[in-house]
Amino acid sequence: MNLLSVRNLRTHFDTDGGIVKAVDDVSFDLAPGKTLGIVGESGSGKSVTNLSVMRLIPAPPGRIVSGEVIFGGKDLLKLSTEEMRHVRGKRIGMIFQDPMSSLNPFMRISRQLMEVTELHMGHSGKQAREHALEMLHLVGIPDARARMDSYPHEFSGGMRQRVMIAMALSCRPELLNADEPTTALDVTIQAQILELIKKIKTEIQTSVILITHDLGVVAGMADSIIVMYAGKVFERAPSFELFEKPGNPYTKGLLMSVPNPRSARGELYQIPGLPPDPANLPPGCPFAPRCEKVQDICRREFPPLVQLTPDHESLCHFAKEVYGESAHLHS
Amino acid sequence: MANPLISIRDLKVHFRKGRQVVQAVDGVSLDIQPGETMGLVGESGCGKSTLGRAILRLNEATSGSVLFNGKDLATLKHSEMQRQRRHLQMIFQDPYASLDPRMTVAQILAEPLDTFGLYKGGERDGRIQELMETVGLSPRFVRRYPHEFSGGQQQRIGIARALAANPDFIVADEPISALDVSIQAQILNLMERLRRERNLTYFFISHDLRAIRHVSDRVAVMYLGKLVEIADAKAIYDNPLMPYTKALISAVPLPDPKIEATRKRLVLEGDVPSPINPPKGCRFHTRCPWAIPDCRQAEPMLREILPNHWAACIRISPEQPHIEQAAPQASAASEVTDDPSR
Amino acid sequence: MMVVGIVAIAAVVGPSLIYRATGFTYDYIPADSNLVKSFPPSWTHPMGTDNEGRDMLARVLLGGRISLMVGIISTFVSLLIGITYGATAGYAGGKLDELMMRIVDMLFAIPYMMVVIVLLALFGRHTALGQLFLLFVALGAVSWLTMARIVRGQVISLKNQEFIMAARATGVAQWKIVLRHLVPNTLGPVIVYATLEVPAVMLLEAFLSFLGLGVQAPLASWGSLASEGIQNIAVFPWQLVFPGITMALTLFSLNFIGDGLRDALDPQMKKS
Repeated sequence: MNLLSVRNLRTHFDTDGGIVKAVDDVSFDLAPGKTLGIVGESGSGKSVTNLSVMRLIPAPPGRIVSGEVIFGGKDLLKLSTEEMRHVRGKRIGMIFQDPMSSLNPFMRISRQLMEVTELHMGHSGKQAREHALEMLHLVGIPDARARMDSYPHEFSGGMRQRVMIAMALSCRPELLNADEPTTALDVTIQAQILELIKKIKTEIQTSVILITHDLGVVAGMADSIIVMYAGKVFERAPSFELFEKPGNPYTKGLLMSVPNPRSARGELYQIPGLPPDPANLPPGCPFAPRCEKVQDICRREFPPLVQLTPDHESLCHFAKEVYGESAHLHS
Repeated sequence: MANPLISIRDLKVHFRKGRQVVQAVDGVSLDIQPGETMGLVGESGCGKSTLGRAILRLNEATSGSVLFNGKDLATLKHSEMQRQRRHLQMIFQDPYASLDPRMTVAQILAEPLDTFGLYKGGERDGRIQELMETVGLSPRFVRRYPHEFSGGQQQRIGIARALAANPDFIVADEPISALDVSIQAQILNLMERLRRERNLTYFFISHDLRAIRHVSDRVAVMYLGKLVEIADAKAIYDNPLMPYTKALISAVPLPDPKIEATRKRLVLEGDVPSPINPPKGCRFHTRCPWAIPDCRQAEPMLREILPNHWAACIRISPEQPHIEQAAPQASAASEVTDDPSR
Repeated sequence: MMVVGIVAIAAVVGPSLIYRATGFTYDYIPADSNLVKSFPPSWTHPMGTDNEGRDMLARVLLGGRISLMVGIISTFVSLLIGITYGATAGYAGGKLDELMMRIVDMLFAIPYMMVVIVLLALFGRHTALGQLFLLFVALGAVSWLTMARIVRGQVISLKNQEFIMAARATGVAQWKIVLRHLVPNTLGPVIVYATLEVPAVMLLEAFLSFLGLGVQAPLASWGSLASEGIQNIAVFPWQLVFPGITMALTLFSLNFIGDGLRDALDPQMKKS
């Protein structure tokens, strides 16, 4: 049985420019112990999807219009605020992009960690402290006992991110939600953090949702991937399948426009045009203005969700053709 | 090699921060050949942005020289430097912040023309139009303000401004970091096309190894204020010699799950040390998996280990370029008289 | 927001125009030879009359003209000095900045009221116009300090923005950078402060007039009217009430003007 099942999620924002359908009919599943990668550029709706699952959407101006988020058998969208609070932190842990702004600069690290278990697991002060120390060791903070009473600004970016991971995992959640966890970090630190997440995933046996725009990161971490564009899921497939045989022109374009250090130099493939204005989507397929395979029907009719294999879906009028054409993109 | 366009010799930029000295750039020497794209790669705090700005004298160098067309930019009189600026331009990291929010595009593009007295009077409009078209923007938009454009378009405006006075050399300081992936490709292609068409020389600074590999002819790797490796782009990626470079290349996630699943990654321990108090001896020795006690003593010089491939590490040599197989001692011939940058 | 600004501008400018028109004729009710010359509001004198029988409406309008002039001109003077000083200090940085700011700090310590009073007492005895002028300068001269600080703060934060560095890379001369790039981008907070400054100066002037150091009769300012009016507040309340209300309304709308102006000048609100 799936740990998380999102069905037909819709989140809208009311703005001066009209209603923005940030998340428009998104569905996906996550099996226990697996990592799901959500890939998209800015404006694709990936972050909003994640926040919707956690019910952290600022309302107003946002609201979750419809859909289901079934976690461990219960629909999170139907829980009361109080019940949801118990889910967050305890059963679902979150890591954000910028570790400086997600840690309270005025609170010691130890305090912030202890807060989590005191709240959710009813630890006493002493228990919480011991547990916090354990977590800090788990995430590889050197000299943890001495440093745990420091403030966030006394740690480097990579260390702060580790502290955030420690916080997120304190209660051994079933799901770890990581929103661009390494985007703000240097490459060598990024490698450290990604290795850490992999290691922890097996040790604690948690499932992971990883949101990123970096195809390289998702290639190394995710079991299955969904690609988002203009608030919709454009493609969903297991990781190997997606990279080798993409079934959607957008995915294909993305894969080709990432400079691969192994490939020859030359003109980079570029997707023409600009990401769409979410308040003003064209009729038909949102990617039509930029798609190299575009035909008349794409501009008129919204594309169907085509099932290419039992695990592989693509939102495109020509999904089968694109899938058939896809050869190995990388030598 | 032929005469370099830019010749940096032992450039140092030290900042005073209260009582401490930040050795942001600490003795960099490099030649950049005309028409090439020289990539500079390094992580945050290594001093690469400071180096880029110091070349153009947007930061004052503490010592050293930057030779351009026979003149030392670092010591030129202010007025003379202003004249030279025509040939040396910059593209910035944050496309929006690099444009004055109160000026229209036309005004932004006109500024360099005004400063150097070019394309006056009737020619002005034509030149602006031409610049817009060159970077792929419709001239209809010249009267708009920066905030009315997307990030990628703003960067195109920044590029157009850099091109306005027909420069020879452009320092690009993380020009695509702030842009979406699909737009990054557009901007990289644009820059490459412009380079070919106008015979430009780029100094491309970035932390994004994939982009650097794609655009650069040669690549220099920087760590804590010093250059630790210089080679052709392909060589750096296929055969990194210096341990830091190895770790850097190894850390780049590749968009290929098969490779990612099976590769053995070299993951460094610990954090990047601070440029205020860099480690003694080889600055990388605190994190280097191959460090030996000698590494703490002497600062390694850049040596030509393989043809046109320079690296700063005492354990490797032309006889034994691969550190995995090198004996655990400093290699012979650590006295250096070679010019490390050609 | 712009609409409010425009309305507010109209609200205040309108009366100013009226001020200008009626300022030339402030009627005297010829001394009716009664002991009590001060009458409550009536049709011929909508705001009543004052102790000398002069029409209050005319005096309020005239007073408004003078008060506003004082406020605006003084603020303008302080703007000029403050921006120049602050921009120079902020852009120069280093020792020059420190020196300039220490001077500002010292000047801040001086009780400005004393300075103004002393200035006025020493030099203010000449023509009425001369006294007004001195009032402007004196008030402007003491209020530039905060303006300088604000501008300097803005300049310092802008100075390291990339577009300034881009201007330097383009080869633009330093003074041009300050004038064309830095100053226009400081206008936001400057305008807000200026519109707070105008009422503050007006109140200051009112206080001075209240003390008898400012405007003298038959000229009027709201402050002097208030000072006259307060003496008779129990008997002839309209002498104080009308100038008071008018002043309050004007100060209130000045704040809206400030908001409207700032938004109007913000390029982010501009569409080409």
